[in-house]
Amino acid sequence: MEKKDIIQSFKDSLFTGLIALALFGPIVGLRTVSKGEGLFITPQWGVVFLLVGLCILGRFLININSARRKEFKIFSTLSSKFSSITEDKAKHFAITGILFAVVFPFLPFTDRYFMDVAIMILTYIMLGWGLNIVVGLAGLLDLGYVAFYAVGAYSYALIATTFGWSFWICLPLAGVFAAFFGILLGFPVLRLRGDYLAIVTLGFGEIIRIILINWYEVTNGPDGITGIPRPSFFGLPFKRSPDEGETSFHLFFNLEYSTMHRIIFLYYLILVLALITNYFTLKIRKLPVGRAWEALREDEIACKSLGVNPTNTKLTAFAIGAMFGGFAGSFFATRQAFISPESFTFIESAIIVAIVVLGGMGSQTGVVLASIFLIGITEMFRDLEQFRMIAFGGAMVLIMVFKPKGILANRKPTILMHGDKK
Amino acid sequence: MEYFIQQLVNGITLGSIYGLIAIGYTMVYGIIGMINFAHGDIFMIGAFVALISFIIFGLTGVALPIILLLVLLIAMLFTACYGWTVEKLAYKPLRGSFRLAPLISALGMSIVLQNYVQVSQGARVKPMQPLFSGGLEFFKNSEFIVTVSYLQIFIVVLTIILMGIFTYLITKTDLGRAQRACEQDRTMTALLGINVDRTISITFIIGSSLASVAGMMFVLYYGVIDFYIGFLAGIKAFTAAVLGGIGSLPGAMLGGLLIGLIETFWAGYVSLEYKDVAAFSVLIVVLIFFPTGFLGKPDIEKV
Repeated sequence: MEKKDIIQSFKDSLFTGLIALALFGPIVGLRTVSKGEGLFITPQWGVVFLLVGLCILGRFLININSARRKEFKIFSTLSSKFSSITEDKAKHFAITGILFAVVFPFLPFTDRYFMDVAIMILTYIMLGWGLNIVVGLAGLLDLGYVAFYAVGAYSYALIATTFGWSFWICLPLAGVFAAFFGILLGFPVLRLRGDYLAIVTLGFGEIIRIILINWYEVTNGPDGITGIPRPSFFGLPFKRSPDEGETSFHLFFNLEYSTMHRIIFLYYLILVLALITNYFTLKIRKLPVGRAWEALREDEIACKSLGVNPTNTKLTAFAIGAMFGGFAGSFFATRQAFISPESFTFIESAIIVAIVVLGGMGSQTGVVLASIFLIGITEMFRDLEQFRMIAFGGAMVLIMVFKPKGILANRKPTILMHGDKK
Repeated sequence: MEYFIQQLVNGITLGSIYGLIAIGYTMVYGIIGMINFAHGDIFMIGAFVALISFIIFGLTGVALPIILLLVLLIAMLFTACYGWTVEKLAYKPLRGSFRLAPLISALGMSIVLQNYVQVSQGARVKPMQPLFSGGLEFFKNSEFIVTVSYLQIFIVVLTIILMGIFTYLITKTDLGRAQRACEQDRTMTALLGINVDRTISITFIIGSSLASVAGMMFVLYYGVIDFYIGFLAGIKAFTAAVLGGIGSLPGAMLGGLLIGLIETFWAGYVSLEYKDVAAFSVLIVVLIFFPTGFLGKPDIEKV
């Protein structure tokens, strides 16, 4: 490398440093703190200089290292190899994964905490798979998916607390309600273009949340609904001392009472629900309607000219996606036994979208990996909650910039006309 | 009647703020055809920069007009840096990617900016002591006295001045001509020797500066901000941009005024709790029945 180039890249990185100083200076460097009456400023110049230094160094290294392109090439070949491996061995991978998930509760190191995290991950996997129908297959960016999750959770909670019906009756009802809301919203808005649709679904999600907060008579406002009945094992409740005339789970099977029974049951419940979602998606992809979704995603105008009704086709995707969101919502309600509008903010929607996008839109395995990665690994660093969200957003940007089709790109249509044209 | 006039005044003030943010949406949409989802958070950062500078200058004891001018310039400068960087990092590499890619990237950027401010400035709301006091009073002998505060006058006048400068910039200068040319045909503009990348960067800089002015007004008007204000304000400003016809600059201002008025009247006459629902419903209704807005050009689908 010539001397001129080095000087040039040095100048460039100094400019980067200047911009970084302007960015971090006021927001990071001058922290506003409330003290008594009014705000005061605590300077944090150390952090600013550290960040600016990192920016200069990073920029300089990138500049100096004209191997930059090579590096990314390595990264992308690695990941394409990885995705080809998983595609070849998709079946083995899936079977191993499911087997592992089935025996997971009985592994020696599994404790209560692991089980809770696993249930959370599975809930997100189910939500991711549900949203994958809408985003991955039909290509509709839905930023308000959490609304259907909320509808499912609230309909379960309200039906169960008012009528005292069991979980198994309420679950399909919650799904039906959520699907109904999906149609209600979808009918007018699905004619819109992709990016407008995203914003409208976001608005819808917020409307649902505001209604949940303000409609005291039904939803109990921000206080939420408490005392939602727990699910029972086909009529056998998980209670230490059951009511009269009732047999509880541990008595029936002659086991010693343990709260873990309920947790394990919940774990299998969400595992089965998630697998149903996955199975359904894999099957429907091979049916005419599934084919039509993928075709619409690729080219809407071509579909219209071939006689596919885009609104109806999108509507089915929307309603089915919403239904699975509703199922997941009622599971959430019965697991928590308490729900409030707090759990259904826009950030939840963003996390689910992030899972689908990072996994590779349309890839079922990708959703699993992204959920484990985003929810599981970040769960280990609970204390860094806010940094976790920065990493989330940053990952979304980076994936779009370097690998817009996701970690496991599986956007290729299920069938192609002329063999395996790439 | 007096109550109506009071609401009208409040609505116009609020509308000015929304209008200034909406310009950023509409300009970016016009030139690269994407919804800059992170624009609301740029506005929030503008509000924070303004708040921090108000605190610093508040300690020096300089006269109020000078403080206002300095804070205005500082907020514009620093926020423009954010707009510029966001474009360079998150949007520029995505030109030519599939349609939803920039939107997802912008969503990620918005999450990053929100949490970045939350980490560095804390999650609590930040109150500021009011700088302005007093105002003009009308209808003194009726039951309801209509007050137009000096702050409201300041906001509306500043908006009008900025709009004047901005219109001049877009219609009369080389920069504005380049900007409008890029909107019409980017490839052709590049062939004619105009630096398209630079023009797009400048678009982001102008949009962010105007959003930062809106941020400063927000701090002064409401006296309290937090890291989350960008989300709602951003959605409402986007609604304004769509209502006025996305891509049309006078439309953005008109839409901003309308959204401000709708929100204020809804809060005043219908229901305070559901005032945000009003904005979202307007957004949905407008997009469904009226997607080109008032002053927008119809959108032709091309194969």
